[in-house]
Amino acid sequence: MSSSVSHIITTVLSGLTATVTAAVGGIALTVVLSLIAGLALGSPSRAVRGISRVYVEIFRGTSEVVQLFWLYFVLPVLVGFQLVPMFAGILVLGLNHGAYGAEIVRGAVNSVPRAQFEGAVALNLTPAQRMRRVILPQAFAEMLPPFNNLFIQLLKSTALLSFIAVPEMARQGELLRPVFGADLGWIYGTELVLYLLLALLITSGMRLLERIAARRLGRAPAKMTATAGGV
Amino acid sequence: MPPTVDSPMIRFSQVVKSYGDHVVLRDLDFTVAPGEFVSLIGPSGSGKTTILRLLMTLEKLDGGTIEVCGDYLSHMKRGEKLVPADEKYLREARKRIGMVFQQFNLFPNMNVLRNITEAPIHSLGLSRDEAEARAVELLEMVGLTDKKDEHPTRLSGGQQQRVAIARALAMRPDVLLLDEVTSALDPELVADVLRVLREIATSTDITILCVTHEMQFARDVSDRVMMFDQGQVLEDATPDKLFNDPEHDRTRRFLKAVIDRA
Amino acid sequence: MDWSWESAANSVPLLLEGLLVTVEITLLASVVAYALGLVFALIRRTGIPVLSQAVLLFIEFVRSTPLLIQVFVLYYVIQPVGGMTLSPFTTGVIALGVHYATYAAEVYRAGIEAVPKGQWEATTALNLPRSRVWTAVVLPQAVPRVLPALGNYTISMFKETPLLLAIGVVDVLARAKEVGADTFRVTEPYTLAGVLFLLVSLPASILVRRLERRAAHS
Repeated sequence: MSSSVSHIITTVLSGLTATVTAAVGGIALTVVLSLIAGLALGSPSRAVRGISRVYVEIFRGTSEVVQLFWLYFVLPVLVGFQLVPMFAGILVLGLNHGAYGAEIVRGAVNSVPRAQFEGAVALNLTPAQRMRRVILPQAFAEMLPPFNNLFIQLLKSTALLSFIAVPEMARQGELLRPVFGADLGWIYGTELVLYLLLALLITSGMRLLERIAARRLGRAPAKMTATAGGV
Repeated sequence: MPPTVDSPMIRFSQVVKSYGDHVVLRDLDFTVAPGEFVSLIGPSGSGKTTILRLLMTLEKLDGGTIEVCGDYLSHMKRGEKLVPADEKYLREARKRIGMVFQQFNLFPNMNVLRNITEAPIHSLGLSRDEAEARAVELLEMVGLTDKKDEHPTRLSGGQQQRVAIARALAMRPDVLLLDEVTSALDPELVADVLRVLREIATSTDITILCVTHEMQFARDVSDRVMMFDQGQVLEDATPDKLFNDPEHDRTRRFLKAVIDRA
Repeated sequence: MDWSWESAANSVPLLLEGLLVTVEITLLASVVAYALGLVFALIRRTGIPVLSQAVLLFIEFVRSTPLLIQVFVLYYVIQPVGGMTLSPFTTGVIALGVHYATYAAEVYRAGIEAVPKGQWEATTALNLPRSRVWTAVVLPQAVPRVLPALGNYTISMFKETPLLLAIGVVDVLARAKEVGADTFRVTEPYTLAGVLFLLVSLPASILVRRLERRAAHS
């Protein structure tokens, strides 16, 4: 392997930490926001439902890149402090994908048979207990395949963070481009392989979760595609 | 090779058909003469529908041969040997055979007229005018002339099935396969369909194989009734003989159960 | 809050120019995606020996890797190697279209699977030629059912076009950036850009949801 190729690979790899950090942070925030907003969408209170609906529609209805630019360039002007690029990136990843995730949570909760809800009422459980002990565990298994797709979408979106100078893989690759014009194939090839591997990692993790969830419910796990599905 | 008085329209020789480990037809032999109306009766799972599906090339043979009109249906000759037929050969062989399904299977994206003319135009090569003329004739025969521009979803089950019959007849098959064509219909609609089938049986010389649970109909219209059980022909006789004086106890029990239920 | 309505109003014409580009790219890419997606689905469905597996690998690969990288590959690697000169606009259309063709392929596949087996058997019983089976019976039943899902993908494409500013496409976000650089005011152009996206995508989503409901009832 020539020295320029090994340099290319090392440089791209140096972006791996930032990519993984952004992805993990984004996924964590997505999970939190999805649960909060998803459950809020089903709340008896009109106000709560309204707020979460506004959140979901705004972040689903606008472009992620525009959200990124807004949070990084406009928000500092309005509130006075500048967000660190990685932080802004994780925030946008979480807010954007949390909005999609909220619909996944809502759909999964709605798919739990009404009889389960009625049984819980008959057992005199409080609403919080109903959700926590009866509905959510069953909805959880339903949620996993769509969340798998969503998390892979999030991983792919980390490349957009290159627009705000986060030193993740896509950005590291672009820094190399002017210098290593002849070996562009190596730059993008390395990036693509690494993204693929990370996607497979996410899917394996989700599959494991699905097996655990199914076992706890006494069911056979559903099928999942190996990589990302639709948006 | 066209059938003569001596050579049968359909011949099953040592036919074997299994689904996975389950053997449905086991070394089945029988023949059907040209113009015969043969009813196939028997308990579910006995292989009756499989026979029709093999004839319509919807399933592949696992053993034995089927001949229609003197030619092999699912095999072709390579020199002295018989090999499984390719798609080109099957397309030729299928020309002689038509089928009406239990679930009608009309095309929902076409109206009645187009359902009937589609195959004559694109498979037989008729012109649109010829195909439409034929369709109108057949619609008259099944009593649905006024429905020719309707969509299948607006018709009752019995009407849909009659359209399906017209659609199959438009191909002028030598052999017509009827797979429990009234089983999915409400009882009031069954009579209209049976009337059409009776008409076809008497006024044409199409060879007909009919899988049915309508025992009265089978009795009145068939030339021959075959009772199936576990993939074998248990009894094969004229309706009079089989219904009045069956040879096997199994047949007797089956007929009793079916007729009691009716 | 430091908002200048005057500044906002001044930026609108340029932003609308950019929005036009965004819409054009979305529509053209959609055509590519819908057509190519159908081709992929048919190849997979008919199982042509080598081609079918190649298409599967391609689909999985494209769906799992960032669109941004694919845009770079098309613009900086494939273009010179293939001896073509593609404008950023055209590159964007092709990259976006091919990326979403892989999603559309799955949607078409599901639509084709949903056509009842009895329909296929009826075409065998009537001895219809293969081409007629697809064009007269299967696709007319499969495609209308999947139109809402395809519509949703068009909306997604619309929201992803801004990333094309990385190769110099002058869409609504690029215009917003221009205005920001010229006037030193970023609040109005970027906010308006977001609003413009909402103004297009929200009605579009409602339309698609209505289509979905109609498809579910028929």
